[in-house]
Amino acid sequence: MPVKDLKGQQVWQRRTSRESLGHWVMWLIGVAIFAYCWQQISEATTWFFVWDAPRIANDIWTRATPPRWEYITQLGKPIWDTLNIATLGTFFALILAVPVAFLAARNTTPSKFFIRPIALLIIVSTRSINSLIWALLLIAIIGPGVFAGVIAIAIRSIGFCAKLLYEAIEEIDETQVEAITATGASRWQVMAYGIVPQILPAFAGIAVFRWDINIRESTVLGLVGAGGIGLQLSSSLNVLAWPQVSLILLVILAAVVISEWVSAKVRGAII
Amino acid sequence: MLRLEKLVKTYKTGDQALKAVDLDVPEGQVLALIGPSGAGKSTLIRCINRLVEPTSGNVYLGDVELTGLSSGALRRERRRMGMIFQEYALVERLTVMENVLSGRLGYVGFWRSFLRRFPQSDVDEAFRLLDRVGLAHMADKRADELSGGQRQRVGICRALIQDPALLLVDEPTASLDPKTSRQIMRLICELCKERGLAAIINIHDVALAQMFVQRVIGLRFGAIEFDGLPEGLTPDVLTNIYGEEDWEATIEKVDDDSEAAE
Repeated sequence: MPVKDLKGQQVWQRRTSRESLGHWVMWLIGVAIFAYCWQQISEATTWFFVWDAPRIANDIWTRATPPRWEYITQLGKPIWDTLNIATLGTFFALILAVPVAFLAARNTTPSKFFIRPIALLIIVSTRSINSLIWALLLIAIIGPGVFAGVIAIAIRSIGFCAKLLYEAIEEIDETQVEAITATGASRWQVMAYGIVPQILPAFAGIAVFRWDINIRESTVLGLVGAGGIGLQLSSSLNVLAWPQVSLILLVILAAVVISEWVSAKVRGAII
Repeated sequence: MLRLEKLVKTYKTGDQALKAVDLDVPEGQVLALIGPSGAGKSTLIRCINRLVEPTSGNVYLGDVELTGLSSGALRRERRRMGMIFQEYALVERLTVMENVLSGRLGYVGFWRSFLRRFPQSDVDEAFRLLDRVGLAHMADKRADELSGGQRQRVGICRALIQDPALLLVDEPTASLDPKTSRQIMRLICELCKERGLAAIINIHDVALAQMFVQRVIGLRFGAIEFDGLPEGLTPDVLTNIYGEEDWEATIEKVDDDSEAAE
C-alpha cells in the first residue's frame, strides 16, 4: 500500500518498500547477466581483428573511392530487373493476400474453427521465412534467374500483406455493413459495397509500403543467384573490385530513395 | 401488415432482450418505440429484418413469415423493409449517389452493381428522391463530406429507393441537433404519409415522438409496457416505462411545441 500514515500525516510513495526492494533485485540480476554475457563474448572474440578493424575499413574505403563511374553502363539492366522483381512480386503477393486476408479476418471468415486457422498458418509460414531463403529454395526448384526472385518476393510478401489487410478488415465499421445487408444485398454485394470501400485506403497503403520494402529485399536476391543487381554485387565482391562495389551501393541507395519518394507521394494522394 | 407473435430474443450472455413481444402494425401506421436504454428497442427492430436472429416467435410481413426463411428468400423480403440508422451508416467513402443506389442492391445482380451499371429507372428514382429531400446538388459529393442532417437524408433516400412497405428506423435523431432532429422526423413522417408506408421509429426523445407519430409503444425490460395514442403518455405511464422522475415538464413542453409548430 503506497499510502502510509505517519504521525497523522498521509505519506504517499510510488512503491511500497517491498516493491522497491524487488526492483533493486531485478536491476542487480540484469547487470550481472550483462556482465557475464560481456565476458563470454569477449572470450569468443579475437580482439586483434577488432583493433585492426579501423585500419582495414580505411584500406577498403581508399580502394573503393572513387567509384568506377563507367561501370554504370552495365548496371542499367540489373537495376531494371531488380525493380521488376520487386514490382511483380508485390503484385502477385497482393493477388494472393486478398483472399487469404478475407479468410483470416474474424468478421468475414466462412469458418472460425477450420478455415481461419489455415489462413493464419499461411500468413505465419510465409512471413517467417526470409526471402533470401525462399530464393535459395526456388532456385533449386525452378533454376536461377529473375523468375525465382519474383516468386520468392511474392511468397514472402503474402503473409505481411494479408496480416495487415485482415487487421484492417477486422477494424471496419460494422454498421455500414449492417446497412448494406439490410437492403437485401447478397454476400458478395455486401463485400463490394460495405467492406471494400472501407479497406481500400489501407489496401493501397499496404501495397505501396510492401513494394518499398521489396525493392530493398530484391537488391540482395542476386547474391544467391535470383537475378537483379545483387548478381553484379556478388561478382564484384568476389573479384575484390571495390570501385564497382561502391558504385553498385550508390545505385541501390538511389533506387531506394526514389522508391521511398514515390511511396510517400502515392500514400499522400490516397489518404 | 406487420405482425410479431411471441417474439423472444435471448443473447448468448443470457440477457433476455425481448420477452414474448406481440405487436400488430397496420398498413401505413407510423409508430414510435420508446423506452430506456437497454429495453430492447434496437433488438426488436433488428429481429424484424433479422440483422439479429430472434430466438423464438414469428414475424409476419404481410403473409410471409420471416423467421423461417432461407437466406435467399430473406434477402428478397429485406427489400420490402427499409432501414434508417442512428449514425446514418452511410458508406463513408462512396458518393451520395452510390449510397442511395446501394438501396437497390437487392434488385440488381452482382456484376451490374459492382460496375455501377444500375438501370436508368433506378438512377432516375435516386435523383427524384434526392431532389425530394433537397440534396440533388450533392449527388456527386462523398458521403463523409456531408453534415449530420444531410447524411440522414441520404440514409432516408437509401431506405426509400428500396420501394419498401415498411420502414425500420433506429434512433434517427440521436446524433442530430434539436432543429435538425425535428426536420428529419417531419421528413420521415411526411414521406411515410406520401407513400403509405408503415414505420417503426425507435426514439429517445419522448416529446419529439409525441409531436409526429400516431401511436406509441413503451418498452421496458423487453416487454411492452404501454401501447396507445401519444396523448396517453401521462406522467404515470412514463414512470412505468422509464422509472420515477418529474415528467410534467417533458409533457408540457410537448404541448407548447405542437402549438408553436402549428
